[in-house]
Amino acid sequence: MSQPSTTPLLEIRDLHVRFAVRGGQVHAVRGLDLTVHRGEVAAVVGESGSGKSASMLAALGLLEVNAAAAGSVRLDGVELLRAAPSVLRGVRGGRIGMIFQDPMTSLNPVLEIRRQIAEAVITHQHVSPRQAEAKAVELLEMVSFPDAERRSRSYPHELSGGMRQRVMIAMALANDPDILIADEPTTALDVTVQAQILDLLRSLRQSRDLAIVLITHDLGVVAGLADTVHVMYAGRIAESGPVVDIFHRPQHPYTAGLLASLPRLDRPDTELTPIGGVPPRLYEEPAGCSFAPRCLYAVESCTQMEPILQRVNESLVACSVLPLATSTTEAAR
Amino acid sequence: MSLLSTEPRLNLDVLPRSSGTASPWKRATVIGGLIVAGFWFIVLFTVQWWAPYAPLEAVGKRLQGPSWHHLLGTDALSRDVFTRTLYGARQTLPVSLAVIVSAVTIGTTLGAAAGFIGGRVDSVVMRLVDITLAFPPIFLAMAVAAALGSGLRNAFFAMVIVWWPIYARLIRGQVQAVKHRDHIQAAVSIGATRWRILRKHVLPMSFTPALINATLDLGQVVILTATLSFLGLGAKPPSPEWGAMITEGAQFFYQWWIAVAPGVAILTVAMAFNFLGDGLRDALDVRAKR
Repeated sequence: MSQPSTTPLLEIRDLHVRFAVRGGQVHAVRGLDLTVHRGEVAAVVGESGSGKSASMLAALGLLEVNAAAAGSVRLDGVELLRAAPSVLRGVRGGRIGMIFQDPMTSLNPVLEIRRQIAEAVITHQHVSPRQAEAKAVELLEMVSFPDAERRSRSYPHELSGGMRQRVMIAMALANDPDILIADEPTTALDVTVQAQILDLLRSLRQSRDLAIVLITHDLGVVAGLADTVHVMYAGRIAESGPVVDIFHRPQHPYTAGLLASLPRLDRPDTELTPIGGVPPRLYEEPAGCSFAPRCLYAVESCTQMEPILQRVNESLVACSVLPLATSTTEAAR
Repeated sequence: MSLLSTEPRLNLDVLPRSSGTASPWKRATVIGGLIVAGFWFIVLFTVQWWAPYAPLEAVGKRLQGPSWHHLLGTDALSRDVFTRTLYGARQTLPVSLAVIVSAVTIGTTLGAAAGFIGGRVDSVVMRLVDITLAFPPIFLAMAVAAALGSGLRNAFFAMVIVWWPIYARLIRGQVQAVKHRDHIQAAVSIGATRWRILRKHVLPMSFTPALINATLDLGQVVILTATLSFLGLGAKPPSPEWGAMITEGAQFFYQWWIAVAPGVAILTVAMAFNFLGDGLRDALDVRAKR
C-alpha cells in the first residue's frame, strides 16, 4: 500500500445517488465514503446493483438525467459534484481517465481509432491534428498495441476485444491522468485476454505512478492488482481495508460469504458456499443493516440499528455483531 | 513446423461480394432515374443555348399539333410547347431543390436540438412538428400560399413550412437513438464538449436517413410545386411553369399536347427521384437490406 499523503487524491464523502424510476426512486448509493491516494490501486467490489458504477459515474458527472447525486467528491481538495461543466470537462479525460466495461460498444464504429485517440488529445491540449495523431500512435505503443503505426488506421470492427480495450486505455491515458477509473475493464473479455489487460494496468501503474479505481465483481482480478479493497453492499461500504486483510481476515459476514463462494485452487476439495437470498430492492430504505436478512450471524438488533464503520485491525467494517470476526472466518471456510 | 510456416493464402476472387447484389430490374430503375434526372439538370443549365424558340415568344399559328417545326405543337397564345416544357425545368427544379435544402437544414437543426438537448426544447419543437403534421400537406401548403399571396417565392415558403417537420422528426429520433450509445458516453468521459459530440459523433451517424428521404421527397416537392401553380397559387400564367401550363392546357381538350407535355415532364422528374432515392436507400441503409 502506498503512503497516504496529506490530501488524498480522490476523496468521496457521504455520496448519495438516487435514480428516478417509474413509481418512485431507487436509492442506489447510500452514503459512500471512499479515499484513494496517489499511486494506489483501490478496488471497489460488489454484486450488480450495489452502486459501484453509479458512484463513479456520479463522481465524474456522467449520470443520466434521471439520476441525482448528493454529498462530496473531491479531487485534490477540489469539489467535483457541484463543479461547473467546463471544470468537469477539464477533469474528464484530463486528470481522471475512464475506461468502460464493454470495449465493443465504447468506440465510435465509423472513425479510425487513431482519430478517436487524437480527439482525446485535442480536447485537452493545444496541438495540431497531425501532432495529436502522432501522439495517438505513441499511446498505442505504450499500451503494447502491435504494429501501432499501421494499425492505428484500423476501425474498431477490425480489432479484437482485447485490442479495443487497449485502445480505450490509450484514450483514457492520453492526457497523463492521475487517476484511471476502470469500470469492469475485463468483464467483456475472455480469460487470457483479461490477464493481458490486467498485466498492462499493473505495468502502467508502476511506470506512471497512476492511481486506479478498479470497479469489479471479480475477486480474482482484485487479488492480483489492488492495494486496498472496498466491498460494497446495497449502496454502502460493508468493509474496506488492505487487500491482504480482506482476503485472509475478512471481518464482515458479507465479505466472508463472498470469499467462501469462490472456488479456490489451493483448496480444491472444499465445498462452495453460496450466500442465500438476494440483495435488497432499494426502492425503500431498509431498516437496520441491509445485509441482515441474508446474514448467518444476524441478531435481533441488526434489523433495528444501522451499523456504522468501525476500525478492526487495518480495516473499516460496518457490522454491529463485531467482534465475531474470527468465528465468521472459520465458519465460512 | 513446415505446416505452420506456409503462409495462409486467401483467394479474394472466390469471396462473395458484400454489396452490389441488387436485381437487374432494380439496377435498371436506378440507372434510368440517374439518366432522366441528369437530362433534366442538363436542360436546367443549358436550355437557353439550344431551345428552338423563346418561351414567351409567339411563333406561328395557335393551337397547332406536333410537327417538325413545333415538336409538341403550339398553345393558345401560339407559343412553342416543346420550348416551354424545357424551360419549365428552370422554374420547378430550382424551387423544389431550394425547398428540400431549406427543409433539411431547418429540420436537422431543430430536430437535432430537440433530440440532443431534450426537456423543454424537445417538447416545444416536437409539439410544433405535431401541429404541422396534423394537417394534410397539400391543404396546409395551399392555405399558407393563399395567405402569403401567389407567386413562386411564396409557394417556396409555404412548402418549407410544410416539409421541415418531417426532417425534424426523423433526425430527432436518430439523434436520440445514437446519443445513448456507449461510445457517446465514452466521448463525454474524455472531456469532449456537447457541441463537439453532437457535431463529430451524433450528427454524422444520424444524417443518412435524412439524405435518403430528401432524394425521395424531391419528386414529391416537384409535384407539390406544380400543384400549387396549377391552382394559381404558385407561378403566374405567362411564365412556363409546368403546373401553370397544365392549367392553360386543361381548357383545350382536343389540343391534348398542351397539357400532356408538362404533365409528362412532372411524371418523369418525380419517378426519377423516386428511383434514385430507392437506390440510395439500398446503398446506404444497412438495415433495409434483405
